[in-house]
Amino acid sequence: MSMNAVRSNRQRRRLIGQLIDIALPLLAVAAALLTGAFLLLLLGVNPLDAYAAMFRGAFGNTSGITQTLTKMTPLLLVALGICIAFRGGMINIGGEGQIIVGALAAAAFSLALPEWPRWLLLPSTLTAGALAGAVWGGIAGVLKARLNVNEILSTVMLNAIALQLMNFLLRGPMLDPEQIAAGTNIPQSAALPQQVWITRLMPRTLLHSGIIYAIILAIIVYLLLWRTTIGYRIRAVGANPAAARYAGIPVRTYMTLSMTLSGLFAGLAGAVEVTGVHHRMIEGLSGGYGFSGIVAALFGKLHPLGAIPASFFFGGMLVGADKMQRSMQVPSALIVALQGLIVLFVVSSDIFVRRRSRRRVSLEQDDANTGDQPLIVPTAGHGGER
Amino acid sequence: MNELFTLGVLIGIAHSGVRLATPYLFAALGEMFGQRSGVLNLGVDGIMLMGAFAGFYTVFNTGNLWLGVAAALGVGALMGLLMAVVSVTMQAEQGISGIGLYLFGMGMSSLLFKMLIGSVESVSGFRAVAIPVLSRIPVIGEVFFDQNILTYLAFLMVPLSWFVLNKTTFGLKIRAVGQNPEAADSLGVSVNRVRYATTILGSAMAGLAGASMSIGLLNVFQENMTNGLGFIAVALVYFGGWRPYGILGGALLFSTVSAFQLWIQVLGLPIASDIAVMLPYVLTIVALAVAVRQIQQPAALTKPYERGE
Repeated sequence: MSMNAVRSNRQRRRLIGQLIDIALPLLAVAAALLTGAFLLLLLGVNPLDAYAAMFRGAFGNTSGITQTLTKMTPLLLVALGICIAFRGGMINIGGEGQIIVGALAAAAFSLALPEWPRWLLLPSTLTAGALAGAVWGGIAGVLKARLNVNEILSTVMLNAIALQLMNFLLRGPMLDPEQIAAGTNIPQSAALPQQVWITRLMPRTLLHSGIIYAIILAIIVYLLLWRTTIGYRIRAVGANPAAARYAGIPVRTYMTLSMTLSGLFAGLAGAVEVTGVHHRMIEGLSGGYGFSGIVAALFGKLHPLGAIPASFFFGGMLVGADKMQRSMQVPSALIVALQGLIVLFVVSSDIFVRRRSRRRVSLEQDDANTGDQPLIVPTAGHGGER
Repeated sequence: MNELFTLGVLIGIAHSGVRLATPYLFAALGEMFGQRSGVLNLGVDGIMLMGAFAGFYTVFNTGNLWLGVAAALGVGALMGLLMAVVSVTMQAEQGISGIGLYLFGMGMSSLLFKMLIGSVESVSGFRAVAIPVLSRIPVIGEVFFDQNILTYLAFLMVPLSWFVLNKTTFGLKIRAVGQNPEAADSLGVSVNRVRYATTILGSAMAGLAGASMSIGLLNVFQENMTNGLGFIAVALVYFGGWRPYGILGGALLFSTVSAFQLWIQVLGLPIASDIAVMLPYVLTIVALAVAVRQIQQPAALTKPYERGE
């Protein structure tokens, strides 16, 4: 065979490989939906009707699509943070807590400075929320980098602590004075000053311009991870911490950095929910986005640009599940179970990517740049920790 | 603050502490078996919720408590089988597959609860059984020997787990597979079979841990009623240095802190209850950061095993 034939053969094989990589998450979702359909059948529900109601509710009309885009915004922001953390070998389960502290900080900040003008108050409020999330994520990062504390466990605990902090603040120091006056004491903060509300894109909907900024941020995160030294180092630490250390990268610093950045995006998501959707801090604001964001990020192959369609899809699932609950009496908890199944199928399917990339390495050892890698590198993360 | 330190209240706290240790012990001892063989199962909380629902639903319909226990064990084992397929056979990243299992268990238990029961109901669960003679010992008798049968069982599991892990062939295989799977494999131990066994065993115990809440401690089922207790149980395994008696110490510490926090609320002490509820979680982080620094985790923990070619 001539060199050219070898090369084109190789290119064809790589193309097929890339197609399989794209198809695997879709297959995982199909498998999860099938399993879910089976479970629905056991419960005496027609799965086709339930899924149709879900799909129609999410994408069937303008109202559904605007709601989908509204839910997509925090999902995408959280998913971007998850991409950074997971690429850096840090498993951030703390999205919920980071959203909550971000939302609390944003609400408290704008309520404390109601006379600031919009051009100053809105950006600084969003920054306050993002920074609070960054601190919350950074705690887990420092604990992992300095004291070798498993970040999965510490972020779960930080979620619970943030939740209690919210319960405490919304029933005490941050409780809406109007609620106290009326004696109803519904745990929520006062309404934020109007100049901090994010512009609505369509009248009579909740859709706000945050979605546009979230998509721009997705491109920025892509550039950060693949076009800068910082991003290269984050990924190097995630792929192989020992090799990264050998190459002179301060591994601990980058572990902390990727967790901090991850928390920053989740905190921003909380701030955007407060200023764009609710206009006050309410209970239940995090709405499971911390976990759904992980599912969206995995579905998007931990790629910031892949996270865009992934979070659109999962935003639609969340909206559709609410509609399905109302029209079919199928509890929206189904969606949590489906998300769990999707995660299980996505991480299981990763074995095929690993097998193929290993085969390719052994076949093409002269070809230094083999391109795509398995989604989750098994050596990343928790070797040798307590 | 003084009313907190009367003998009656202290005995009350200790009694609740022992009682509340039940789910921690079942879940953490089960998780220990998996981790000692190299499998980190982060789905404990979801398995507990499924076990809690299965136990509750069975008792709700049949009134038979032991049938409820069997249902919880069975559902837990099935969840464990799912985890083993994903993490052992498919060699998935265990930190993430566990989160998938957690979400599945949480969503599924809520779905089943809403579709099959629908409203908050209660059952008459396991009652406290005073052990003759022993329960008459002052203080100690009140604290330890006037509990329900699942609590006795949970405490019995500690020496039993120690025995299985350290004095049986199965325990030797578990430790070998978790420490050096290649060597175990070369001696003819099937690494994956041992890991399937420990993951399923541990998950069955997590199911029982859930049932110990829904038909033992609280006698109700609520959505997400474990409230992250399963994650604390995973942390306890680290905290306890992967040893049954270490886990016992950790479980008692955490359950006593939880009991303390409950009594703060009962007595209406001037500490915001939301702040008090944070205590166990803060303690978990601090414990992970400072405790047992010298203890090594199982060498093959979270590492899937594949025979070399």
